[in-house]
Amino acid sequence: MSQTNPQQIEYNLKVVRQFAIMTVIWGIIGMTVGVLIAAQLIWPELNFDTPWLTYSRLRPLHTNAVIFAFGTSALMGTSFYIVQKTCKTALFSDKLASFVFWGWQAVILSAVVTLPMGLTSTKEYAELEWPIDILIALVWIAYVIVFFGTLVKRRTSHIYVANWFYGGFIVTIAVLHIVNSMAIPVSFTKSYSLYAGATDAMIQWWYGHNAVGFLLTAGFLGMMYYFVPKQAERPVYSYRLSVVHFWALISLYIWAGPHHLHYTALPDWTQSLGMVMSVILFVPSWGGMINGIMTLSGAWHKLKTDPILRFLIVSLSFYGMSTFEGPMMAIKSVNALSHYTDWTVGHVHSGALGWVAMITIGSLYYLIPRLWNQTQMHNVRWINIHFWLHTIGVVLYIVALWISGVMQGLMWRAVNATDGTLTYSFVESVVASYPFWFIRFVGGLFIVTGMVLMAINMYRTIRAGKPTVEFVDTAPEHKPAPAVATQSA
Amino acid sequence: MDYITWRSFYTVLVFVLFIGVVWWAYSKGQKKNFDEAANSIFDEDEKSSVTKDSTKQESKNNE
Repeated sequence: MSQTNPQQIEYNLKVVRQFAIMTVIWGIIGMTVGVLIAAQLIWPELNFDTPWLTYSRLRPLHTNAVIFAFGTSALMGTSFYIVQKTCKTALFSDKLASFVFWGWQAVILSAVVTLPMGLTSTKEYAELEWPIDILIALVWIAYVIVFFGTLVKRRTSHIYVANWFYGGFIVTIAVLHIVNSMAIPVSFTKSYSLYAGATDAMIQWWYGHNAVGFLLTAGFLGMMYYFVPKQAERPVYSYRLSVVHFWALISLYIWAGPHHLHYTALPDWTQSLGMVMSVILFVPSWGGMINGIMTLSGAWHKLKTDPILRFLIVSLSFYGMSTFEGPMMAIKSVNALSHYTDWTVGHVHSGALGWVAMITIGSLYYLIPRLWNQTQMHNVRWINIHFWLHTIGVVLYIVALWISGVMQGLMWRAVNATDGTLTYSFVESVVASYPFWFIRFVGGLFIVTGMVLMAINMYRTIRAGKPTVEFVDTAPEHKPAPAVATQSA
Repeated sequence: MDYITWRSFYTVLVFVLFIGVVWWAYSKGQKKNFDEAANSIFDEDEKSSVTKDSTKQESKNNE
């Protein structure tokens, strides 16, 4: 902080490297658990009659592992990288950054232990019990301090737009987590929500949908606003649009939660408000998608040769698809068909595997060689193979679940004209879903195979290189751009 | 002021603020700053490689 002489300060890339490695490892673990529970739906024997391996306990493990282990590790690592690079300064505190990394891994490990044991608060995407919730809050506050502390000591006048999205994500998740996790502990491993009835449900889905809106959307948009222009080697299509995009997105997302509670005990006006706000959300979502994709305008040919750019741009296409589908599914009459069916699961995965995973994978392929002093990944052809494995996997997954979802919705609502009784029993809709669940399982295998290939590629790249040591000049004179020296340790 | 009145007032306030943000973002005076900000992520790269890529996307923006 006090370097006023023409000295150099070193970027903290160590914590970025740690998060990058763990992102890939947690990605493989989380997605493999996903494939296992997809297989359990077809072959129930795969729980081996062990309570720890039942679908009910592994399903929250899968969601926690992909959202909070894979996704959040990626966000923490890339945010620490981007905030240093764009603010031209080192992290606020290396010790706190290290605490964020190890603390977050401890949170994930506790999830890996407690969820299969059946210890759960039963709130979706917030299943972890209260002692872990407290640890999450502590780690998150440290994250807030490191990120915003770095912004405060920045050596640029402007805060680049990617940091605004990361900042919005970090602050909102802190608020959501603390409010939704309010609980009364009755023992070390069991607690009950502070809220009751419909209020509890509304707070849960205010949390749940904004975990989607701020963690899985705003955070990854921050990633998009840095890595897409960098990989395309051109500035973002419209910086003005990115400013409007930010304020529109964060002021609208917070209202969309009630669409998870259509036709429930939630007051009707609240459901309608949630529906309207969800439909309006289409506008900033597509504004952001267009801004990202059009960054490539005039340079589309790069897609032919650059598999990393392909990951990034196709992730935006999936983002556009799922943010069109989402508002549509939030309309009450559509929701009457889609809710509680596989359509919802397919929609989530088009966002999670198409948008979140692909933008993360593309960003990591950009980042990993730069973190280990290499010019590119060990094998660029493998990136292309990974791209196709992943894309085929996602398409198989979401198409299968669209069909089974609509089919389930239609079967459940079918009534006999003569006496108004239900045409199908529930189990008939389960039997009819088997072929599609099998296709979903195959799609998952494609995706995990791609991730394993990525891990091997990463391992080879790390083996070939050495950790990058990067400095930024802190010359006191007014220089338009501080020179950056890269050298190996 | 009761709750409903306050919320109505607040909704209008947020709407006006948002229009303000749009007006500010698209005002002529900000164009130069935003072009600089958009290009700031390339500062660390060699100057030659940035200027060589003379696609002029900056000036094409929003027109």
